[in-house]
Amino acid sequence: MTDNQPEMPGLGRGMMAVAKRDLFLAWKRPGDVLNPLFFFAMVATLFPLAVGPSAEQLEFSGPGVLWVAALLAMLLSLNSLFVSDFEDGSLEQMLVSPVPLAALSLGKTIAHWLTSGLPLVIVAPILGMTFRMPASVMGVLMLTLLLGTISLSLLGSIGAALTVGLHRGTALLSLLILPLAMPLLIFGARTVSLAAAGDVVAGGLYFLAAYAVLIVSLAPFAIAAALRISNE
Amino acid sequence: MTAKLTADSLTLFRGERCLFENLSFALNPGELLLLEGCNGSGKTSLIRAIAGLIELETGEIYWDEQPVRRQRQVFNNELVWMAHRVGFKADLSLVENLRFESALRRDSRHDLDDILTRLNINRLKRLPVRSLSAGQQRRVALARMLMSAATLWMMDEPVTNLDREGRSLVMTLVSEHLARGGMVIMAAHQDIQIDFPVHTIQLQ
Repeated sequence: MTDNQPEMPGLGRGMMAVAKRDLFLAWKRPGDVLNPLFFFAMVATLFPLAVGPSAEQLEFSGPGVLWVAALLAMLLSLNSLFVSDFEDGSLEQMLVSPVPLAALSLGKTIAHWLTSGLPLVIVAPILGMTFRMPASVMGVLMLTLLLGTISLSLLGSIGAALTVGLHRGTALLSLLILPLAMPLLIFGARTVSLAAAGDVVAGGLYFLAAYAVLIVSLAPFAIAAALRISNE
Repeated sequence: MTAKLTADSLTLFRGERCLFENLSFALNPGELLLLEGCNGSGKTSLIRAIAGLIELETGEIYWDEQPVRRQRQVFNNELVWMAHRVGFKADLSLVENLRFESALRRDSRHDLDDILTRLNINRLKRLPVRSLSAGQQRRVALARMLMSAATLWMMDEPVTNLDREGRSLVMTLVSEHLARGGMVIMAAHQDIQIDFPVHTIQLQ
């Protein structure tokens, strides 16, 4: 206690601890995690039933429908991201911790992506089959969704952090996030369409990757700032 | 000599209402700062402002003669906070919660079992926090303070929901902490009997 330079808890250790805790909580309440996945699967399987079995129509609309469904599923899962931490006071304990809040926020987002983003990427090929998507396109579909869900997780976390203090901030969250998510949707769906047509897909993938890199490096600070404002 | 923790003319508004104006205090190791006042007088707001959760209208808080806002991490490293809401995950057990917490702050390297036995909650350690009573949850929050090596304890009405034995336990722990050279800021309704220097701030 009389040390002149007291050690500080490690940045990585704090981040991993938050991620592990949230994964563990998700494990104890699997219903919350499965909700977005269920939504994604429902939309993607109901759509072909509604538009009819015409092969051309399914192939044409497949990438767009899968991408819209994934985007909405991610939005659905974002609402509750910070709410329980806010309500039980553990968010305040994180705010007064010496570990930078940006690192803790990144830990929370990692856990969020692993529980809501990654499952969507994994089931996407199965749902792609209902749209008669050829096997060669599956890789591109998964890659675009992989990059897209990472960006959406982080982007949505900023919105969730801003609206955590408001009750029923759902509509506001969507309004905040959707304009920024539009490029992801446009490039994501288009790249998959191009792949299905046998065109070059590198451009779209580069764009999605650049977006992901940008947001991974900037979003943690924005989330931390938003959490501080919300918690005043 | 200047004090370890100094506050210089703090002013805080909540909405239109001025909670305190030009409030100054100084606190040294081994001293207790007691915040008194009726409900809604701003005790919690003052504590939250010291912890950096609320922006002050005017004034500056100094730790080791340096403004806290320039060394937030250093200050937070010396700080552990017991709030109204205990801040534990209801689905996780007491031990899981405390393990997680220990990654967030400097560890005092006390044995967890010893701490839990001392607080009389060792037999509850496998139960999820949601199944504990309010008083038992306060005891877990006390365990968080004992597990951290922080110098400054900030306690917002620490004896709420505690039984008589728990209340005297809080005072014993506070005395021990002060004897080690720690500092305590406490908001309380009750009178505090303690053999250490006590500064009192009466909030209107």
